[in-house]
Amino acid sequence: MTEHIPVKQGASQAASAVAPAPESNAIASPVRLKSLGVLLGTLRIGPVLILLLLVAIMSQLSPVFMTAQNVGNVLVQSAAIAILAIGQLLVILTRGIDLSVGSTLALASVVGALVYAETGGGAATIIAMLLAGLFIGALNGFGYVYGKLPHPFIVTLATLSIARGLALGLSGGQPISGMPDIVNTIGAGSVARWLPNATFLVAGVAIIVAFLLTRMVWGRWIYAVGGSPEGARRLGIPRNWVLVSVYLISGLLAGVAAIVYSGRLNSGSPTFGQLAELDAIAAVVIGGASFLGGRGKVSHALIGALMIGVIRNGMNLLNIEAYLQLIVVGLVIYIAVQTDVIRGRLEAKFRVLKAAAE
Amino acid sequence: MTTTHTLSVSGATKRFGAVRALNSVDLHVDAGEVLAVLGDNGAGKSTLIKCISGVHRLDAGTIELDGEAVHMTSPAVARAAGIETVYQDLALFDNLDSTANFFAGREEAGPSWLPRGMRLMKRREMNNHASQLVGRLKINIPAKASSVGMMSGGQRQAIAVARAAAFASKVAILDEPTAALGLRESRQVLDLIIRLRDEGCAVIVISHAMDHVMEVADRAVVMRRGTVVGEEVPRPENRNRLVSLIVGGDD
Repeated sequence: MTEHIPVKQGASQAASAVAPAPESNAIASPVRLKSLGVLLGTLRIGPVLILLLLVAIMSQLSPVFMTAQNVGNVLVQSAAIAILAIGQLLVILTRGIDLSVGSTLALASVVGALVYAETGGGAATIIAMLLAGLFIGALNGFGYVYGKLPHPFIVTLATLSIARGLALGLSGGQPISGMPDIVNTIGAGSVARWLPNATFLVAGVAIIVAFLLTRMVWGRWIYAVGGSPEGARRLGIPRNWVLVSVYLISGLLAGVAAIVYSGRLNSGSPTFGQLAELDAIAAVVIGGASFLGGRGKVSHALIGALMIGVIRNGMNLLNIEAYLQLIVVGLVIYIAVQTDVIRGRLEAKFRVLKAAAE
Repeated sequence: MTTTHTLSVSGATKRFGAVRALNSVDLHVDAGEVLAVLGDNGAGKSTLIKCISGVHRLDAGTIELDGEAVHMTSPAVARAAGIETVYQDLALFDNLDSTANFFAGREEAGPSWLPRGMRLMKRREMNNHASQLVGRLKINIPAKASSVGMMSGGQRQAIAVARAAAFASKVAILDEPTAALGLRESRQVLDLIIRLRDEGCAVIVISHAMDHVMEVADRAVVMRRGTVVGEEVPRPENRNRLVSLIVGGDD
């Protein structure tokens, strides 16, 4: 038994409380605290600044970039990624990852195309796509939670393969052309011949998910599970259900993204959405959410998806070769994650300085 | 022996594989009383309180609240029964502000006919109640919403203790509440414990800080290797006897 150390601890505490702090410290500390606070604030809005900067640079370099037609292009190309990224955000908030969304998108598009070919119904097609997404989401959520896996990486890697395999098998490896009008309208239609309808769908999804996250108890629980999984359990938050729910929603949103994708190309195909999961994950992280869980908003996913869209579109306009585009996107992802880590370290420093200032 | 206690544990036994962490532990606390649980590392103190607060399930034995047996099948059950726990690691959410931490798992929300998770949060009410709580307990934390991760160790401890204080209707359990705290901050937490007791809670405190135990506890039980080996009124003249019970020396 170690009898506590009240004497030693008390003494050091008393010394720091009573003894007048050295003068340089007394002045420097609040200034450093404040500048650190400003730096943290800048990091927080960094992604928005970078997006604006990208847009500014692109409109300087290319006369086409800011035309209504091209802005429409960027929006429609970002739409599917944005929807996937919103689902991915929920998963990442709980410290998870969903690698299966690209394959799930392909499976949903194939299932939708088959159902349309069979029934010819628009509503049936859309429902089939959403159910296909939910199905893979359920495999992920229940497999992860009730399989008691240490991390969702492997189970979603498995469903990445399974969903793609199912899509290939169901379609015989070929694209199936033909989608109902409503799907084509959502995916390919536009308002005033430039503002894509898909953008309104993205906005609707974003508003609903943002509402869930900020207003509903369930949203608060998502943040709690991401902040401290064990703490959430000890405080009686139904952690398992929260985890299952985020994978279900991520799967469902992959189905929604499939509607956009299939509508744009008027078909379902097992090759849709290859590497889309990486774009979605990258969008969340680039946009400013923390890959370590617990921190992030819907706006982060949207900004990240737009950033990827602008980078891709801009480099296409400038005739930059595909391999360079991949390298640039990769670098951006690295910088974003590094920023997240630096932010965490600065916050720890901020905490120490603040405790010292009290 | 027919008196009912606010909390009484009898025959509590818990095994982890071959290790018997708790071996037929009996214990009781009454309202308005502070019970200290002492013991060396590995004596079973933390396992005991985790069983009482529903984190672990007992293999054998009963837990009674006001004379009625309660099956602590999950932390939610224990919390609903009026038992609040401050864990050693505090179980705080660094990414949320203090109000969100106070109400975690008990968010004020409506309408009540919806399942709990689907309800809309009453954010203003929660903020008001949180600041009332902070005022009532006289704890010192930053007023405006900054995440708990940005607060000092003492403030974090104060938030965890205040959360327990706010919701403990019957029993409050504190695991090492003053470890890693400075003098002033320890004082704050000890005052909170006394206030909890005065408000009619049954309080269980696990602590290594003998001075703090002497100050706040009405009784002290000592555990060794998963069993209760003795009980004393913690007074300065009993200090040596308590220490020898803890280390297992002859007495």
